[in-house]
This record gives sequence, C-alpha cells and structure tokens, in this order.
Amino acid sequence: MHVAASSASRPVRLHARRAAVLSVLGMGFGQMYNGQFAKGAVLFAGELAALVLGWAPFRHAMWGLVTLGETPQIRQGGRIVVAGDHSIFLLIEGLLALFVFALFLLLYAGNVWDAYRTGALRDEGRRPPTLREEIRIFLDRGYPFLLLAVPVLFVLFTIVLPLVFGVLIAFTNYSSPYHLPPRSLVNWVGLETFRNLFQLSTWSRTFWGILWWNVVWATLATLSTYFLGLGYAVLLGSKVVRGKRFWRTLYILPWAFPQFVSLLIFRNFLNQQFGPLNRFLVSVGLPSIPWLSDPFWAKVSVLLVNLWLGFPYWMMLMSGVLTGIDRELYEAAAVDGARGWQAFRHVTLPLVFRATGPLLIMSFAFNFNNFNVIYLLTSGGPANPNYSFAGHTDILISWIYKLTLEQSQFNMASAVSLLIFLFVAGISLVNFRNTRAFREEELA
Amino acid sequence: MTSVRFSRLVQAALIYAILLITAFAVLVPIFWIVMSSLNPGKTLLSTTFFPDRLSLEHYEYLFTKTDFPRWFRNTLKVATGNMLLSTFLVITSAYAFSRFRFPGRRSGLLAMLILQMFPGFMGMVAIYVLLLHVGLLDTLWGLILVYAGGAVPYGTWLAKGYLDGIPRSIEEAAFLDGASHTQVFFHVTLPLTFPILTFVALTNFIGPWMDFILARIVLRSTANKTLALGLFEMVTGRGNTEFTTFAAGAVIIALPITLLSFFLQRFLIEGLTAGANKT
Repeated sequence: MHVAASSASRPVRLHARRAAVLSVLGMGFGQMYNGQFAKGAVLFAGELAALVLGWAPFRHAMWGLVTLGETPQIRQGGRIVVAGDHSIFLLIEGLLALFVFALFLLLYAGNVWDAYRTGALRDEGRRPPTLREEIRIFLDRGYPFLLLAVPVLFVLFTIVLPLVFGVLIAFTNYSSPYHLPPRSLVNWVGLETFRNLFQLSTWSRTFWGILWWNVVWATLATLSTYFLGLGYAVLLGSKVVRGKRFWRTLYILPWAFPQFVSLLIFRNFLNQQFGPLNRFLVSVGLPSIPWLSDPFWAKVSVLLVNLWLGFPYWMMLMSGVLTGIDRELYEAAAVDGARGWQAFRHVTLPLVFRATGPLLIMSFAFNFNNFNVIYLLTSGGPANPNYSFAGHTDILISWIYKLTLEQSQFNMASAVSLLIFLFVAGISLVNFRNTRAFREEELA
Repeated sequence: MTSVRFSRLVQAALIYAILLITAFAVLVPIFWIVMSSLNPGKTLLSTTFFPDRLSLEHYEYLFTKTDFPRWFRNTLKVATGNMLLSTFLVITSAYAFSRFRFPGRRSGLLAMLILQMFPGFMGMVAIYVLLLHVGLLDTLWGLILVYAGGAVPYGTWLAKGYLDGIPRSIEEAAFLDGASHTQVFFHVTLPLTFPILTFVALTNFIGPWMDFILARIVLRSTANKTLALGLFEMVTGRGNTEFTTFAAGAVIIALPITLLSFFLQRFLIEGLTAGANKT
C-alpha cells in the first residue's frame, strides 16, 4: 500500500514495469504479479499448451517452408513405394503456421500491454479490475473485434493467404513437366523465374508482346467507351430528341444483358464462315472479314464488342453528370460569345473530367484485367507461333489463366501476377489518394 | 431565316439517323439469338434471322436432354449462398468500421482499400491449391466461400460509406435506454441500412450467374457445373453442333437478369460510383 501511495505522487511506474517484464518472461506472470491470479493462470496455461502442442508441428512446418520437402516420390512399376513430400502442401502448411504464429505474437504483445496497464493502475493507487469487470469491459470495447472476427478470417484465407502464397510461388520452380508434386519436389529458386521471364527470349518476347497489347487494349477500351458514352449522353440531352427515356432504355440493354452471354453470342455472330455478319456482308457483295481468326481483325473485334458492352455504363453516368451542370455556366459562356462546340470544349468537358476522373482510372485498371471480354470472345486467339502458350489477343491475365489451368506453369503465372499486382496497385493508390473517400479517413 | 430552319432540320435528321443506327446495332445480336433459339435447325449454319417456322424444340431439348436444369440449380445454390454469406460479412465488418474506433481500424481500412483493387482470381493458383488441400475443390461450397471472401473489401467500403451517412443519435438514444450492442445493431442500425443491404445482396446474387473464371478454377466435374461453364462448353469445341440449344439457354438466363438489372439500374450505377467518387 505504501509503495502504491508514494508512486502515485511520483510518476514512477514501478508495478507497471515489473508486470510488463514478467509478462514478457511468461504469459500471465505479470497478471499474477498484479494479483489477477485466475487470468494469469489461464494465460500461462495457454502459453504452456501452445508450446507443448504447437512446438513440434511448428518446427515441422518451418522445415517444410524452408526446404519444400526432401524426399521425392518413388514409384516402381506404377505403384507408389515411397509417398514422398508434397512441396506445395508443405508450403501452404508453413504459411498457415506463420499466420498462426503471428496471431500468437499479437496475443503475447497484448498480454504484455495488459500487464503494464494494470500495473500502471496500481502505481496510481487504484485497484486492478476483477475478472467479471474485465469481461464486461471486453464485451463493450472489444465489440468491434467480435464483429470483425468472421469477415477478417474470410479475407485472410480467401484473399491475403492466396496473395502471399502466389507471391511465394513466383520464387519457386513449381511448373510442368519436372516440378509437379506429388510426383516430384518443388524448390526455391530465388529470382530465377523473373530472370527467365526477362531474359529467356521465348518468355520475354511473349511477355513484352502481350504487355504492349495489354496497355493498348486497356487504353483504347477505356477511352472508346468513355467518349462514346459521353457522346450519346450529349446527343440524348439535345433538345431535338423526343422520347429520351425510350432511347436511353433501349441503349442500356447491352449493359443489362449478362456479359458472358453476350460475349458468347458475339463469338458466334462474328464467326467467319457461318456468322450472320459475314453472311450479310457477302450477300451485299462485300468481302467476308476474318473477324476472329486474323490477328488484326481479332483485336478490332474485341474492341468493338467491348464498345457495345461498355458504352451504356458511361452514357448513364454522363447523363447524370450533365444534368448536374449549372445552366448558368452556359449562359455565361454564351455572353462571352461561346456557343456549341466551344461551350462544350470549355465548360462541359472540364466539368465532366473532374467528376469522372477517378472512375476513368478505375475503369482503366479494370479493363487492364478484363479477362471475360478476351477469353470468352477469342480465347486469346488466333494462335501466335512466336508466343509461348498465348495468342494474338491474349492480355496478361488471360495468359496467366492459360499458364495455370492449361499448362501448369505455376511459377511463371505467379511472377506475372505479381507484376500486374504492383502495376494495378500503383495506379489505384495514386487514384485513391485523390478521392474524398480516402481523405475523409485520412489514411494517406 | 429559311437556311437556319433548314440546317436545324438537317441536324435533327442526322441525330435521328444516328439514334436509329445505334438502336439497330444494339438490338441485332439480341434479336438474332432469340431467333436462333426458335429456329428449327441445329447448327450455326442453318440459323437465319427470319426462320420459316418457329419452334420451341430447343427449349424442350435443353430441359430434357441436357444438364441445363442441374447447372441452373447449381448456380441458384451458389448465388443464394453467396448472397447470404456476403451480405452478413459485409454488414458486420462495415458496421464495425463505421461505428467503432479501435486500434488497427485505420490500417484495417487501408488494407481493405488495397485488397478491393484486385480481382478475386488474382491468387488463382493459390485458391486452387488451397481448396484442393482442404477438400473443397470441385464443390459448390468452395466456390461460395471464395466468392464471399472476395466480396468483403469492396462491400465494406461501400456499406461503411453508407453507414457513415446515417446519424448516430438514434443509436446513442438506444444505448442510453440500456440496449446492448447486439440489440442496437439488430433493432436500430440494421433496419436503417436496408437500401445498401439490398444492393449488396443483389450484386452478390447476380455475380455468380455471370462469373466464368473462378467457377472454372474451382469446379471440375460435370455434376457441379454452373450455367456459365455449361453454356461456354456448348459453343466452344465440338464444332458448334449445339448452337441453337445454347441460344435457348442464353435466352433463359438473360431474361431474368436483364429485367433485374433493368429495374435496378439507377441503384447499381449509384453503387458502382459510390466506391470511387464519394461527394
């Protein structure tokens, strides 16, 4: 009692420090020192159980993570004699063990912090809370954590873990034909996959070729739908047009129609031999066009079909933006002698850009990875003999898909994913820094 | 004066010409697929824009001779499961981020922001291997879990933005009356979030009807196919011998989804823009 009283006058956090140090030595020791025996005992039992039960599996998991297995599978006459290590399962188990370990460390830190805080209360001459009080406090202050527990678990296991795993795979040789578990082992190879991607001519030619088309595709796909949408919004906004609702409703159809269905329809609609478009062209005396089988025309086709799919979204959006523009701005422009195109150029466009700028960038990022349009329309084709496992219209994401599901080149697919990841994250972060959602939370 | 009127007339004629041509371009593919589904022939070659005779035989074939009903059931299950799970996850996490201040809140939000930028299939290889490892590969549950997890980051930001706009005074009044967190959440906040709840639920219901890539990664066997996979295989490979059956299937899926998106269009657009452009 005496110590507590004296330290209240002088801010020497004697109990706090002692409790914290004790809790570092062993979970719950600090709590016991503070007189919270039940809580301390539970914490210590927890640590003991984790050490006794968790130590061996953890060591095994770390061994697996570092070595990715040491015993290859042995078969004799088609029968498995030695099962061998499954490198990929070992990798996942190692990763999971690390996640759990991180959680444990967090808990440990919490234990130290708790001991320190309770100690500080004693230093101020106050009584540490009883167990019942603490449970009540937890249910109150800890409520957001209760709410978040399940969503966070989902995010961890379906997004974060796959991403980390994907990153790690890029540094292994997990690929067909020599490194596919369970038949053979996978090894860490450092940056070799990236070196292959940039230096081996077959890979680098494919990568740069696809990247170039990918950027062209994303730019054109975004700008074409954006400006066509704007064009139709302006057109439908004009005083001449009667039945605006009717036209707008009609033009929204492609957007409301399920995308994968329309893409599969176009796949057939543009068929060189049997498709109705070419049959029509031929019937009016024009040459038939190899829409999907010629490299150039295939690229034109994906862009045109994307235009069909994408312009309604921008049209609707722009209609909203345009009606939001103050009429007085146009009147002021008219006083200065600006009409028609000039007013559009100097009043409408800047305002539209400002309102839709962030969306335009997001749309670029989306189109950059627009798997559906490419894969469902052309499947990346026509085949390109200069590329490894890719066709003329393949973008990086559809190439990754082929590398993964069709070719089992997992390491290369992961390396390319990682590059896309960095690229898209960069764009989006710069973008979000400029939007209000971000600033409101002051996250930047 | 007449020249002004004349040029106005030309302008109007031009605008209407553009509108009509566009309408034609928009409608032709849709009209063509509807006609193809009613066309007695079987292949792409035999379909015409105006068949001599209309028949429902492909619809009958679709339901009796193909796995279409099964694909439909599978998709319905996945869509419903995903809708319920996603909405639950999104609303709890958005509520926590909007109403509480706790350590790790800001970094959590930032993490969600970064994670929402990536399509769910970015970790394709990993999802495949993970599901294989836990025995959920080629199951509808596996697909539902992956979808639901992927819906959390974007949905959280969206719903949080909405929740932030609801004044907290009513909740505080309820607290003063002695209500617990859970009571306040269920009886006060949840009813107020109904619009955003519906939006999240609907988008997550529609999502699985359209998705191809994740379904393709997770589902392998014929029994577990969803509509997107089934229809894709109908018109790729095998020389398009089932084109008209595909057309019938396309019409059946497109009809309800088109109507749904149609009635919800304003809602959907607002949701889409809210994420990036909150003002």
